[in-house]
Amino acid sequence: MKIGVVTFPGSLDDRDAARAVRAVGGEPVSLWHGDTDLKGVDAVILPGGFSYGDYLRCGAIARFAPVMGEIIDRARGGLPVLGICNGFQVLTESHLLPGALIRNDHRKFNCVDTRLRVENAQTAWTSDYEQGQEITIVLKNGEGGFVADERTLDALEGEGRVVFRYVAPEGGRNPNGSYRDIAGISNDRGNVVGLMPHPEHCVEEGYGPSTDGLGFFTSVLKQVVSA
Amino acid sequence: MGNVVIDVMLKPEILDPQGQAVNGALPRLGFGQFTDVRQGKRFVLTVDGEVTDEVLAAARQAAEKLLSNPVIEDVVSVRAQDAEGTAK
Repeated sequence: MKIGVVTFPGSLDDRDAARAVRAVGGEPVSLWHGDTDLKGVDAVILPGGFSYGDYLRCGAIARFAPVMGEIIDRARGGLPVLGICNGFQVLTESHLLPGALIRNDHRKFNCVDTRLRVENAQTAWTSDYEQGQEITIVLKNGEGGFVADERTLDALEGEGRVVFRYVAPEGGRNPNGSYRDIAGISNDRGNVVGLMPHPEHCVEEGYGPSTDGLGFFTSVLKQVVSA
Repeated sequence: MGNVVIDVMLKPEILDPQGQAVNGALPRLGFGQFTDVRQGKRFVLTVDGEVTDEVLAAARQAAEKLLSNPVIEDVVSVRAQDAEGTAK
């Protein structure tokens, strides 16, 4: 099973994403931002980092990289695509996912372990979790506040497209001011998922708060086998 | 040589943490009369020759496609500016 991992200028977590794919028995394939050929991959990960320096808006320039044209077409056709952090920002700028990510409401960069609730365990990237399961995944971002208009937020909730929610402490707040505590969402088909926290950093004992991130990568391998 | 000046602002309903930071600093400097700050972006696009209607139309397209994100931002103005910097 070949999982493509895109490297944009300024990507940081492409190596960890490839490592996570390898950890579950998949074959990571490096995709360069200037490529127009997806090299026969069965799924694609857009990793975290600061593509093109995050100039203009996070993900805004990466969205027009040559490799994205093919990814957008294939994603509309059902190719599983996961956007993590900066990758999520690229997916919203590409309009594959609705809404946008803006600067954290408290204006500070976050680097924390976060508790997430799996709100939809039926997407290509979450089928190995239980509905309602809580997992602990690291989060590190400066511009991770998920925003959208009320109509879009209602539609996302109504259609089960809120995939992850931050479990805020009682009376507390989520780590970046995201509307309705939304940490991750999907497209209507469930093959495209974006989230701000980093599952690829949580796949090996001793290198993070948990190995709770493994489920993303085992899920997509199953999806690809059954597709 | 001519310029096209494009101003982009966050939509009013979108939180503006940068504007809030500036708003928090103003009273400390004695500017207590301002009740809110919204921060935006200005782009100056330069062309050889005059800013024609075609150039303006292309600038409007660029503003919608790349310079702004319609989910969170509005393009509030697209206008020509001559070499001396005076708005036409």
